[in-house]
Amino acid sequence: MNTLRDTWIVYARQMRPTLRRPVVTALYSMLQPVLYLVLFAPLLTGMPGAMGEDPWQWFVPGMLAMLSLFTTAYAGFGLLPEVRSGAHERLLATPVSRSALLLGRVLRDITVMLVQALVIVAAMLPFGLRPSPVGVLAALVLLAVLGVGLGTLSYLFALVVKVEYLFAALLQAVTMPLILLSGVLLPMDLAPGWLYALSRANPVSHVVDAERALFAGDLTDPSVAVGTAVAVVLAVVALVLGTRTMRRLA
Amino acid sequence: MIHTRALTRDFGTKSGTVQAVRGLDLDVGAGELVALLGPNGAGKSTTLRMLTTLLPPTSGGATVAGRDVVADPAGVRRRIGFVGQGHGAGFDQLARDELVTQGRCYGLGRAEARRRAEALLTELELDGAADRESVRLSGGQRRRLDIAMGLIHRPDLLFLDEPSTGLDPHSRANLWSHVLRMRAEHGTTVVLTTHYLDEADAVAERVVVIDHGRVIADGTPDELKGKVSGDLVSLTTATADAARAAAEAAGRLPGTTAVETDGTEVRLRVPRGDAVLPELLRALDAAGAPLTGVRVQRPTLDDVFLTLTGRSLREGAE
Ligand SMILES: Nc1ncnc2c1ncn2[C@@H]1O[C@H](COP(=O)(O)OP(=O)(O)OP(=O)(O)O)[C@@H](O)[C@H]1O
Ligand SMILES: [Mg+2]
Repeated sequence: MNTLRDTWIVYARQMRPTLRRPVVTALYSMLQPVLYLVLFAPLLTGMPGAMGEDPWQWFVPGMLAMLSLFTTAYAGFGLLPEVRSGAHERLLATPVSRSALLLGRVLRDITVMLVQALVIVAAMLPFGLRPSPVGVLAALVLLAVLGVGLGTLSYLFALVVKVEYLFAALLQAVTMPLILLSGVLLPMDLAPGWLYALSRANPVSHVVDAERALFAGDLTDPSVAVGTAVAVVLAVVALVLGTRTMRRLA
Repeated sequence: MIHTRALTRDFGTKSGTVQAVRGLDLDVGAGELVALLGPNGAGKSTTLRMLTTLLPPTSGGATVAGRDVVADPAGVRRRIGFVGQGHGAGFDQLARDELVTQGRCYGLGRAEARRRAEALLTELELDGAADRESVRLSGGQRRRLDIAMGLIHRPDLLFLDEPSTGLDPHSRANLWSHVLRMRAEHGTTVVLTTHYLDEADAVAERVVVIDHGRVIADGTPDELKGKVSGDLVSLTTATADAARAAAEAAGRLPGTTAVETDGTEVRLRVPRGDAVLPELLRALDAAGAPLTGVRVQRPTLDDVFLTLTGRSLREGAE
C-alpha cells in the first residue's frame, strides 16, 4: 500500500468530525494563548527592551508557539478512546501503513493549529501587530514542523501510557516546564545563569526565538537557522520513534 | 488457510504470567467455517489477535492465508477481514463514513467503497443509522456496523470475534444469512468465536473447543456430541416405586449408563436413544413399570464441554 494514499485516507477520516464542528474544535485549545494575549500582554507595555517597545511583535510569536504546543501535545487524548473501544485495533488490522495511521492524525492536528494561528495573527492586526508577511509564512511553516514533532510524541506517549489520568499527569509535567522555560512570557535573558542554561536545553525556546526573528522579518538571523534545525531534528526523531512504536505495539 | 504450530502467548501481569494461549495447533482449510468455543478467558480473542497480526506470539508461529504472521504481517492483513470483540467505529465518526473509510483502507476506490457501503447498510438494516455518529447508535446497530466493516472488502478469510453478542434474534439470523451468502458466493473461509452454543451448533461445520489456552476437542458438532456417552433419556413415572422398578429394568438393558433416579423421574444415557426406545418400552412394560412420559435428548455442546472438563460452559459463560 502506498503510504501517501493511506495518509490521505487517515487524514480525511480525522478531519471529518473536525469539519462538522469547526468552531468548537478551533476554540478548544485556543483559549489559553488568547487569554494570555488579552489579560497578560498589556502588562508588557512600558517594560524595558524589545518587549516593551513593541509588545505585540514580541509577544504574539511566543503565543503561537504556545498554541502549537497545546494543540499538538494534547492530541494523544483523541486516540485514547479509540484504543479503548477497539477502533484503533480495527484500523491496525487493515493493510493501512503504520506510519500513515500516525501521520494522518498529526497532519489533522497541524491543520487545526495553522488555522488557529492565522486567526490569532489576523485578530491582532487591528491592535497594531505589523509582522513581515514573508516572515509570518515562514513562521507558520516552522510552527507546523514543531507541531509534527510534539504531536507525534503525544501519540507515542498516549499509546504507551494508555490511560487518561496518567496521560494528563504526564502532559502537565512535560508541557509546564516547556512553556516556562521557553521565554514566551518574559525574556529568558532576564533569568539567572542556571535557568537560562536550562531554557537553552528546551527545544521550544529556540523555536520561539526563531519565530520572533521571522515576525520581525530578520530571515537571516542565526536564531532562524537554529530554531529550524531544532524543530526538524525533533520532528524526525519523533517520527522515527513513533512509527517504530506503532509497529511494535501493533 | 490457517496453519499454527505450537502457537503460544503469555501476558506479564502484576500477579505473575498469564498463559493465555498454550501451544495451539490448528489447521483450517480453505472454505471452512469454524467456531472457536470456550469459556471466558479461554484464549479465543488472544488467538484471533495473533492470527490477525495484532499481537506477536510469545513462541510458536502461524501462517494465515499463506503468509507468516510474524515475517509478513502486512501480507496477512491484506488478505483477511477482522471483526474484533470491541467496537470498531470511532465515537465521533458517522456510520457511513467509517464504512467507506474501511473500504478505502483495503484499497477500494472511492466510488466502489461508497457503493458497497450503501449495499451493506441496507442489507444489515442500518439505513436509518447511517448518518449518525457511532456513539448515537444502539449497541446492536454498532455491532452490525462492526460487521459491515469486516465484510466490505470481501476478504478470503474472515475472523469474527463474538460477532453476534448484543444482537437480537432477528439481527443474528440476518447476520448469519449474510455471512453464509458471502461464503457461498466467494468461498470465504470463516473463523468465529461465540458463547452461544446453539449458534455454534447451527452455523459451524466444525467446532474447536478451547479451554485454558488449549484445544480440547475438534470436530463437527455431531462428532463432538458422539464423545458424550449417548443420548439422554428421561422417563417419568406415576410413583416413586414405579420409578425404582423402571430404573432397575432399564439398567439391565445392554448399553445403558448413568442411570439416575430422582423422585418419579429416571434419567439414563444410551448410545442411540431413538433405536433403543422401542426395546426399552417393552422391557419396562414387562417389568410392570408404567410410564407417564418419555423424552429423548441428543447431547448438546454443553454436554460435550461438561464431559471433557467436568465444568459446564453455561455456568462459565453466563
Ligand atoms: N493484554 C492482556 N494483558 C494481560 N492478560 C491478558 C491480556 N489479554 C488477555 N489476557 C488474559 O489472557 C487470557 C485469555 O484472554 P482472551 O481475551 O483471549 O479470552 P477469551 O477466550 O477471548 O475470553 P472471552 O470469552 O471473555 O472473550 C485471560 O486470562 C485474560 O485475562
Ligand atoms: Mg474474547
